[in-house]
Amino acid sequence: MGEFKVHRIRFFDYMPSAIRAMAFSTRTERLALARADGALEIFNFSDNYFQEKVLPGHDGRAVEALCWVGPRLFSAGLNGEITEYDLENLRPRYTVDAYGGPIWTIGVNSQGTLLAVGCEDGTVKMFEVLKERIQFQRNLDRQRGRIISLSWHPSGTLIAAGMMDMIRIFDAETGRATHRLVVDRGAGASKSKEVVVWSIAFLSDYTIISSDSAGKVQIWDGLNGTLIRTHLITKWDVLALSVSQDESSLVAGTSEGTVVQFQFLSSTVDRLDKDWVRTRTFKNHSHDVRALAHTETAVVSGGMDTQLVVRPLLDKVEKNTRESAIRKVSFPHRSLVCCAKKAGVLLFQFPDHLELWRLGESDGYGKPGGSLPVKRGPEKLIQLKRKGEDHICCSALSPCGGWLAYSTVTSFRLYRLLNGSISICKVSKLPKDLRPAHQLCFSTDSSKLFASSSNSSVVVVALNEPECKYLGTLKAKYGCRQPVHLLSASENGKWLATANTDCEVHVYNLDKLKLHCTVPVYGSCPTAMAIHPTTSNLVVVHADQQIFEYSLVKKEYTEWSRRLQKQGLHSLWLERDTPITHVTFNPKNPAHIIVQDLFMFCIIDKSLPLPEAKNVLYNQMTLRSLPEPDRVLHSHGFKICKDFQHLLCVSLLEDHSLVVVERPLLDIVSQLPAPVRQKKFAT
Amino acid sequence: MAALYAGYTLRGLAPAQNRPNSGIQGVEAERDSDHVVVTDSTRCVTLYKVSDQKPLSCWTVKQGHTLTGAAVYNARTQEYVAVSDRKVIRIWKEDDIILDKAFKATVSSDVWRVHCVAGGDPVVLFHRGAVRLLDSLLSAPQQPIEEVLSPEEAISWSTNIVTESQQFVIFTTEQKGDHFLYLQRLNPNSLQRYHLEREEPGLSPLSFSVSYRDKHIRLLYLYPNGHVYESVVSVRAPVPEEGAQALPLPRSLLLSLPVGEGLLQAASAQELDEAHVAVVGVPHPSAGSGKDFLCIWNTNFQTLQAGKEMAGKIYGQLWSFWNKLFIPHGKTFSVIPYDCPKSSLASALGKQRQVKKDESKAPTSVPSWNTLLHEEKAHPSRTAETRKTTAPVEEVQREVQLLLSRTDTQDLQTSVGQLASTLASRSLNDPAFYTPSSLVQLVHTRYLCHSVCPDLVLLALERKDYFLCQLCLQFFPDIPEVVTCACLKVFISMSDVDAAKVNLEPDSVFFMEALIAQEHEAGLNGFSLADEEDRSDNLAEGGATAQRDNEKASAAEQMCPVGLHKAVLLNEILQTAYFDSFLLPHLKDLSSQDVVLFLQYLQFVYLKFSHDACKPTQGLRSPSLTQVMDWMGLLLDAHFTVLVMTPDVKDLLLNLHRFVKSQVRFVSELGKIEGSLQELDKMALKRDVGQYSIEIIELF
Repeated sequence: MGEFKVHRIRFFDYMPSAIRAMAFSTRTERLALARADGALEIFNFSDNYFQEKVLPGHDGRAVEALCWVGPRLFSAGLNGEITEYDLENLRPRYTVDAYGGPIWTIGVNSQGTLLAVGCEDGTVKMFEVLKERIQFQRNLDRQRGRIISLSWHPSGTLIAAGMMDMIRIFDAETGRATHRLVVDRGAGASKSKEVVVWSIAFLSDYTIISSDSAGKVQIWDGLNGTLIRTHLITKWDVLALSVSQDESSLVAGTSEGTVVQFQFLSSTVDRLDKDWVRTRTFKNHSHDVRALAHTETAVVSGGMDTQLVVRPLLDKVEKNTRESAIRKVSFPHRSLVCCAKKAGVLLFQFPDHLELWRLGESDGYGKPGGSLPVKRGPEKLIQLKRKGEDHICCSALSPCGGWLAYSTVTSFRLYRLLNGSISICKVSKLPKDLRPAHQLCFSTDSSKLFASSSNSSVVVVALNEPECKYLGTLKAKYGCRQPVHLLSASENGKWLATANTDCEVHVYNLDKLKLHCTVPVYGSCPTAMAIHPTTSNLVVVHADQQIFEYSLVKKEYTEWSRRLQKQGLHSLWLERDTPITHVTFNPKNPAHIIVQDLFMFCIIDKSLPLPEAKNVLYNQMTLRSLPEPDRVLHSHGFKICKDFQHLLCVSLLEDHSLVVVERPLLDIVSQLPAPVRQKKFAT
Repeated sequence: MAALYAGYTLRGLAPAQNRPNSGIQGVEAERDSDHVVVTDSTRCVTLYKVSDQKPLSCWTVKQGHTLTGAAVYNARTQEYVAVSDRKVIRIWKEDDIILDKAFKATVSSDVWRVHCVAGGDPVVLFHRGAVRLLDSLLSAPQQPIEEVLSPEEAISWSTNIVTESQQFVIFTTEQKGDHFLYLQRLNPNSLQRYHLEREEPGLSPLSFSVSYRDKHIRLLYLYPNGHVYESVVSVRAPVPEEGAQALPLPRSLLLSLPVGEGLLQAASAQELDEAHVAVVGVPHPSAGSGKDFLCIWNTNFQTLQAGKEMAGKIYGQLWSFWNKLFIPHGKTFSVIPYDCPKSSLASALGKQRQVKKDESKAPTSVPSWNTLLHEEKAHPSRTAETRKTTAPVEEVQREVQLLLSRTDTQDLQTSVGQLASTLASRSLNDPAFYTPSSLVQLVHTRYLCHSVCPDLVLLALERKDYFLCQLCLQFFPDIPEVVTCACLKVFISMSDVDAAKVNLEPDSVFFMEALIAQEHEAGLNGFSLADEEDRSDNLAEGGATAQRDNEKASAAEQMCPVGLHKAVLLNEILQTAYFDSFLLPHLKDLSSQDVVLFLQYLQFVYLKFSHDACKPTQGLRSPSLTQVMDWMGLLLDAHFTVLVMTPDVKDLLLNLHRFVKSQVRFVSELGKIEGSLQELDKMALKRDVGQYSIEIIELF
């Protein structure tokens, strides 16, 4: 296969934001996740936990709680507003001020008709959920002290609210507070500190479960208002609770980073009286667990350490399958790096700024495995701060390195880069049709800009020096509403492929500005795709790790793709738990497809035999350790290289050198604040 | 672990000479756990309040009549039902005083028994195998009764159980040496017949017991050769067509009880719960061949859980209701409460700590007049076992030799255990009798452990047989902490002169000799770890006199504070297994002189071990450094306040403190080294990539 010069880059200081809240919708199998910077992410649990949608953050928005009402998503935050999101256009639909100060919590009744929010001023406010908006209905009895958490009884007649030092039970119909449950403060020095009921759950048998800042999970009888049992599970705060749908299991997340499971069990097998028993402890986080979701088969947790962890409950899933493996989502499932192949310039996208770097240079040759002396180090050319309060949602750099575009949910900006990308000037005259975009892409010759906008349409703009000209809008034939998350233009400028979260892949003819064809819809969402420069075959990789190659000329799957489907991919390939985020090609060898996920990149050589299912899938590291003749014996079409880890981008420059952008997890961990102090043995 | 508590007498048995049966025909549960109805074999039905050991009422049939079936209590109607003269069914209530005035009905065929259990209706089982509900029978007492059994077939045992949905009458029959089990369902009626597998020819089951669990009826039966079998019949087994052949009944061997000499004559096995079986009339495995024992066996682990000697003849009768066993023996009818907690491996091995709790929980035993008055009489029977072995010492030794030289080691383990415990108990009782060499031989077989013969170690201590002590400490894995401590106390307070006379295991003596020889060498060089420590410490303080004192003291430390043989014995103590929280309370019993001496010895060993030159030698049994350290810590824990207050020990404690310091220093140095080694490791592992590099990779 040969040698590659690799630019190994670790200066992309991407820092994910802490996870603040979570809501899981059993109906749609979607997990909504809110981060500290206000960004929202939607994960599709039925499609390999793929991060389907990302709603960029906003400076003033501090989401404290999330709530699904059917397919609609609501959030409430410390800015005192309730926001409903437009998941098709990836932006807030509207916000309503609750006029109760910061909102700590939000909850919907099981009928989906009333939203209750808990406010700083001690009120629980009820909002009626209407078709297009929500409307304030009334306040429940105002309490002294803030409402930190609340939970509806499944019947919708009672609400339990966690406050400082106590829990209140409200009658949802009359609005009267019916019970006051006093929560004990912590022992010792923390006796003088108010205890915060961080989270609360109201079960259908009128049991109330509360978790508080004194480290307790308490089980109450909600009818009589009596304490049934106290489980002290940590010295620190218990921040989050989540109960399974069948109310037989619950999980509690602590500041120590542990998640403790309780199950509703009878003490002996044949006895009927059941009790909440502490059963398992998971430690997958180094910092506070702020948000939890208990799905049917797994515990989903997230917190300060920014990772989303899906921990399957091994009694609910089959052992040693894909479902039984623990999953950690540390990085977004889309590329934040854009590489100008011709110019050797990299664009890094941060929520609040963009960075433009020029790669370093080296002369001379080295042996495989060694590194070359760097003649000229990488240079940071430009740091561009975004305007406004909205975070950047997408950005692109033209292959020539002469154009730079980014978009937020409210504005779109295009810049011209001159003098080797050193000077920058904003292109002020933009066509009116160029609205805020979900995804941006430049044509290979840098003459056109494609911007995906609402309803899966793509706006095509011709880039010219003084003025940019609107060429047209590409629209799929029928009413697609989902946002386009992938755009790929062919090298010859003839084709443009789009993929949306409904798993539809459309290919447009750019000469006619018309839909050329639609790739047969596959059940899993495309995670990366590209059009081959010479053969015009479209390679699409899906969230379930399947690879398809579709001939745009013949409008059918290619021979190789059929062979691949017939033989099936190797099980080790299918078991990888991060999606392929980038597909590119080797201009020197048309048979090569380069794909990349978080832990490896792989050069697929279509001319070589596919790895047999029964054989071991050798990666490059093991192949290297084998003697020469064995290597040939074991070599196969999938050249997997795991030398670089936590890959955010792999790209092949025009000079045939690889660009590899790594972001080691350790670098992220080292930037996190210190975790709560834990007594370690012998310290 | 299952336990039998102190029993009490419910009533005396009529003194009938050489009668094979006890005179009790049946015991049935009454209204609650404290009442039973006892039917004797002649004319009398008595209602007892068990905890009061008191009869509440008694009903008798007229002279000339006999009761042929045990009286049962029908809880639904609160009536008693009994059969007299085979054909007359009698029903009465508690207020009826004279039985002959109560209701009676004569039926057309011979009645075997009337059965009634809580939750079920009374059922009448006829001699020829027919079954009727009592109510339907009484509606037409003279109705014809069919013959189910063939003419030669006779019922040997019967019972009645109620499941969730159905009532069953179960009975076994015998026909020319074949045994059959009949399962009669009621409402709808159906009959199943099973054939019991034949045991050795001529053996028929001595007793049956039936229980119902998990939708299965479990039949437990005991054969005279000591085999206890279990057969399981599903309640829902498909009903075979009428007249079908008897189905074979699969069985599994639950227990194979030791029988002693000959076959069992009168014995009974009763299932207590899923894991426990009570057996009466079978010899205790470690008490010879006397069959007058009541034992609880765990069937899961095949272990004996509890045993009790029952004075007098055993009639092979046993009933159990509500955690009480009812057993006629000799001239008494006793009630013995028992307890069968959930069985676990730990409890089966006797390792679970609940003995204390159980004792406190044991039902308050009511003093029985019998035992109060005839206690002396009861005692001789206890020692009946020991009377049998009265052979002189030489003969015993010869016999033991013979036994051990046998080649078949199949059941040597049990016999060795029996032998050892018999010898130990005899030696304890008879001061003139002691067979050290035989015991040593037995211990050397390694078949013994402390729980098999708990008296052995104490016996050895009593007889000052320290060699045996040493062997026991070496070979027994389960010596309790209290015994270890007793040994320690004896060893440490023993005079060196006495110790020198003791013959000990040569290996351990070699080791100790080597250790002490080292001592002289070290003394010549004038170097010791402690010395070095002292110097640095004291120089820092600048106390020259203190230094001299310490030197003197450390010179003294170089001497072994105890004699060679004593040291060997102490080493043995150091190597026994123990659990510190159990050991600690017993350690507190040591006198302070003993503690100081032992500490000095430990210090000595520690010093020796701290020398690089003297590592515990491979191959020889020797205490490890950790064991020495642990014992030191334990001793200090147990006696800290006393030691601190004793002025003589100050030097010793200071020295020990210095050890600790040196250990701490050593560990911290190790920690430092570990840190640097880790760094080295990291350096070797990955070269620093930095923020940016240009590399060459090769793909194959």
